[in-house]
Amino acid sequence: MIDRKKAWAALAPHITDEIVVATYSSATDWLATVDRPLNYFAFGAMGLASSHALGLALARPDKRVIVLDGDGSLLMNLGTLVTIGAVAPKNFTHIVAHNGSYEANGGHPIPNKQTDFAGVARSSGIAKAQRIETLAGFEAAIPSLLKDEGPLFVDLIVEQGELGPRSYKDMYSRVRRQAFREALKAG
Amino acid sequence: MHDNPAPAQLQGALIIDAIKSAGVDYILSVPDLHTSNGLLKPIAQDKDLKLIRTCKEDETLGIAAGLSYADKRALILIQWTGFLYAMNAIRAMACDQSLPMCMMIGLLGKEPELPSRQSARFGVRIVEPMLDTLGIAYHRISEDADVALIAPAIAQAYAQSKPIAFLIERRPVHA
Repeated sequence: MIDRKKAWAALAPHITDEIVVATYSSATDWLATVDRPLNYFAFGAMGLASSHALGLALARPDKRVIVLDGDGSLLMNLGTLVTIGAVAPKNFTHIVAHNGSYEANGGHPIPNKQTDFAGVARSSGIAKAQRIETLAGFEAAIPSLLKDEGPLFVDLIVEQGELGPRSYKDMYSRVRRQAFREALKAG
Repeated sequence: MHDNPAPAQLQGALIIDAIKSAGVDYILSVPDLHTSNGLLKPIAQDKDLKLIRTCKEDETLGIAAGLSYADKRALILIQWTGFLYAMNAIRAMACDQSLPMCMMIGLLGKEPELPSRQSARFGVRIVEPMLDTLGIAYHRISEDADVALIAPAIAQAYAQSKPIAFLIERRPVHA
């Protein structure tokens, strides 16, 4: 199993002008790793990170959109995989941190920890779906996850983390959202 | 001898023209029997509009939010049941974040002779009060003359970054 913080630390040096859409514990770990204007945090309506990202990917086909999702979040909007599979955005990379829990909601287990999310993604029309269980495996996959034609999907098997300090108010502040909008306009 | 007034009607083609004239690029939809023939089917055939079919209505709010950050306009086409289902996403995107969520809501089962607030159907009856509670402005689209309200309201929603709803009170017809 992978330490999510280490996974995001491995991803961060590869990120240049991509849009990163992150949610809940994946977002707090990502923000602690790299704070940048092209981070987009999806909170408030759990499960919709990939839907926000799909809108961004459609609107900006010139930019890679990377979703840092959670398994609990994805389960709240599992149909999104069918929608993404149908729309098939080429610039779309969906990484689901799979720790088998609703970490942000008290660490309770998801209904079925053994869910094969990559299998669900594949059967939803996302052919390039894989399960990654080691940090070395994730590090090796990162270059292709950022350049291969999408949609791409990763079921990333991670350890359950601690519910660390977080400020949703800050992450979804008007200032951050405006900075994101301006960064998007700039290029 | 007096001519009987022409029966009120709502032409889907006029609504589609209004949507296009408002600069809408994307239609995000879960199908609704009320608007199926008059709107969704012709939209699906329209080369000027990009139709994204979603599995559930809350997805449409997320997609519209993402599009809005890159200045792409979307219209959410759903039924009142979907509006009720997506309430938390509407609260988050339209209310808390004040994003320009433009929702066209089919009032399936509304009696033509009654205001929706007096409908025998509980679900239809509560749509306007729910919008009032959310603080979301809305227009009733009941006949062709009402269609003129659509394009300016969408333009205003995007200009002011505020949500707007259009209540499709009569089943649109398709020529």
